[in-house]
Amino acid sequence: MSTGLGLPAGRLAPRGGWSFFWQMYRGQFATALATQVAYRGATLIWVFTSIVHPLVSIVVWRSVAGGGRVAGYDASGFVTYFALEMVVNHVTFVWIMWEMEWRIRTGAYSPLLVRPVHPIHTDICQNLAYKLLGLVGILPAAVLLVLLFGGDLSVFTTGSVLAGLLATALAMVLRFMVEWTLSLAAFWVTKVSAINSVYFSLIAFLGGGFAPLAVLPGAAQTLAWWTPFPWGNIAWVNQVVTGRAVGVDLVRGYLAQLAWIAVALVVLKLVWARAVRTYSAVGS
Amino acid sequence: MSTITVRDLRKTYVVPVREGGVKAALGALVRRRTREVEAVQRISFDIAEGEVVGFLGPNGAGKTTTLKMLAGLLHPTSGEASVGGHVPWRRDHGYLRSMALIMGQRNQLQWDIPVIDSYRLNRAVYRIADADFSSRLDELTDLLDLGSLLDKPVRNLSLGERMKCEVAGSLLHQPMTVFLDEPTIGLDVAMQRRIRSFIAEYNRRTGASVMLTSHYMGDVEALCQRVIVIHHGRLLHDGDLAGLVRTFSATKTITVEFDADADVAADLGGLRDHDDVTITDQSAHGLTVEVPKDRAPQVAARMLSTLPVADLTVEEPPIEGVIERVFTSQDEA
Repeated sequence: MSTGLGLPAGRLAPRGGWSFFWQMYRGQFATALATQVAYRGATLIWVFTSIVHPLVSIVVWRSVAGGGRVAGYDASGFVTYFALEMVVNHVTFVWIMWEMEWRIRTGAYSPLLVRPVHPIHTDICQNLAYKLLGLVGILPAAVLLVLLFGGDLSVFTTGSVLAGLLATALAMVLRFMVEWTLSLAAFWVTKVSAINSVYFSLIAFLGGGFAPLAVLPGAAQTLAWWTPFPWGNIAWVNQVVTGRAVGVDLVRGYLAQLAWIAVALVVLKLVWARAVRTYSAVGS
Repeated sequence: MSTITVRDLRKTYVVPVREGGVKAALGALVRRRTREVEAVQRISFDIAEGEVVGFLGPNGAGKTTTLKMLAGLLHPTSGEASVGGHVPWRRDHGYLRSMALIMGQRNQLQWDIPVIDSYRLNRAVYRIADADFSSRLDELTDLLDLGSLLDKPVRNLSLGERMKCEVAGSLLHQPMTVFLDEPTIGLDVAMQRRIRSFIAEYNRRTGASVMLTSHYMGDVEALCQRVIVIHHGRLLHDGDLAGLVRTFSATKTITVEFDADADVAADLGGLRDHDDVTITDQSAHGLTVEVPKDRAPQVAARMLSTLPVADLTVEEPPIEGVIERVFTSQDEA
C-alpha cells in the first residue's frame, strides 16, 4: 500500500503564484466546460432564445427606418447593430444574480466558501465556459441574420474589428464585475429578484440593448455615457466596431472602461468583505 | 498541544418575527420586528492534535453553527477561536488548505461530471503535487473501494456511494483538521460502519484532529474518546463518554437470565415491592430492571438470593437513553 496519507500535511505542489492560477483556472474551466457539455441541450435552448430578441428588434427597427434613416441608422444599419448586439450581449451577459440568490437562500454557497480560492474564479470559469460553447451557435446565427435581412458590412474594417474585440473584452470584464458585486446583495436581502429587474431594465435601456443610444434624446444620451452601462454593453462596442469611435475618442473610451473596472473592483472588494461577515449559511 | 482552542465563542442570529395572517403581513411592511436568537452562548474548549471529539446535541443546539464558525464560514458575534494557529473566520487560504468541512447534507462534488473530474479540480484548487495526488487517490480508492465510481457522474451515484466520494474528495489535500457534520446521515448500517472505520483509519495514519457531529451514537461510540455536549447553545459536558454516563445517568440496568425449567415466583422474590425498582423487560427466560445507581449492589444481591439466576449483568444504560435524559432534563429545568 502506498504511503500517500502519511505525507506531511499542507505540502503544496511546487508551483508559484501565476503557475498556481494557471493550473487552477485550467482545472476550473475544464470542470465548467464539462458541466456545460453535460447540459448541451439546455445551452442550445438558451442560445436559441437569445436570438429571438434581436430578431424582433431587427423587424421592428427596419420598419421604423423604412427607406430613410433614424438617428444615423438606415434599415441595414439596424440589422448590423442588432446582430452585433446579440453577439456582444452573449459575451457580456451574466446570470450570477439569480445563481447567487439561490446559493445563499439554500446554503449552497458554503462548499465554495471553504475552498482556498475566491469563489469569483469559479464564476468566471463557468461564465467563460458557457460563452465559449454558446458562441458556436451565436456566431453563425449573427451571420445568418446579417445575410437574411441585408445587414451593412461595409462599416467593418480589420482595424475596427480588432479594436472592437478589445472593447468587448473590457466590456465583459466590467459587466461581470458590476453584476457580481450587485449579486452580493443576496447576502442581505434573501430575494434580490426586484433589484435584478431594475438593473436589467437600466442596462438594456442605457447600454443600448433596446436600441442604439443615438435614438435617445440628447440629455438621456449624455446621462447614459456617464454611467457604466454603455461601457459594458453594445453601445460602446458598436461605436468601436463600426468606426464611429477612432483616435482620441477610442483611447478615451478604453480609459473610461478601465476606470469603471477599477471602480467596480474597489466596490467589489469592499462589499465582499462585508458580505462574508453576514453570511448565515442557512439550509445546511 | 491544542490544535483547536475556543474561548467564550458566541453567535447570535437576528431573525424576523411575524405572526400569521394578512394583518400581520401588512403590518410587517411598515414595521419589521426582529428578535435575537442565541445559537451559541460563550462556549470554551480545547481539542488536542490527533484527538477525535464527538460534538453532541439535539437539533438546534448550536453544533453546526459552532462547526461553521470553526471552519470559517460564519463570523462569531464575540469570542475567540484558533485552529492550527489560524483565526478561522479570517479565511486565509493557508487555513482553508489545512482543514476540511464535510457536511453530510451538502454536496461538495460537482454534480454533473464524473467524480474523478471533481478530484482533479481539487488537485488544482488545493495545490496538491501530482505525485501526492496519485498516491493519495490510490490509497483512498483502496480504503473506500471507489474504483468503479470514479468515472460516474456524481448525480448517478447512490447516497452511500456519493458520501464515500465526498469524504475521499475532501481528504485528498490531507487536512490536519477535519470537521464532520453528520457524515453518515441517511446511510445504511454497512455504509455507516465503512465510513466510521475509514475516518478512524485516516485519524490514525495522519494524526489529524477530528470534530464530529452525529445523531447516530454508533458514530460517536466507535470514533470518539471524548464528547462535548451542547444544548441551547450552552456547553453541558466535556469529557469521556463514560464520564457523561456517570454524570447524567442516575440508574443502572440489571439483567438476569433464569435457570432453564426453574419456577419463578410471581412477586419475583419481592422485587415488585420496591418502588425504586422499575421492571423494563420480563419473560419466562429472564428479567431486566432499572434501579438507582446506589441501590444496584443491594438489588443485585437480592435477585441472586431470591431468584433462580443463571447469569446476571449490571450495566450502565444505553448511551442514547442517557443523552436523551440529559436534553429532557435540561428542557424541563
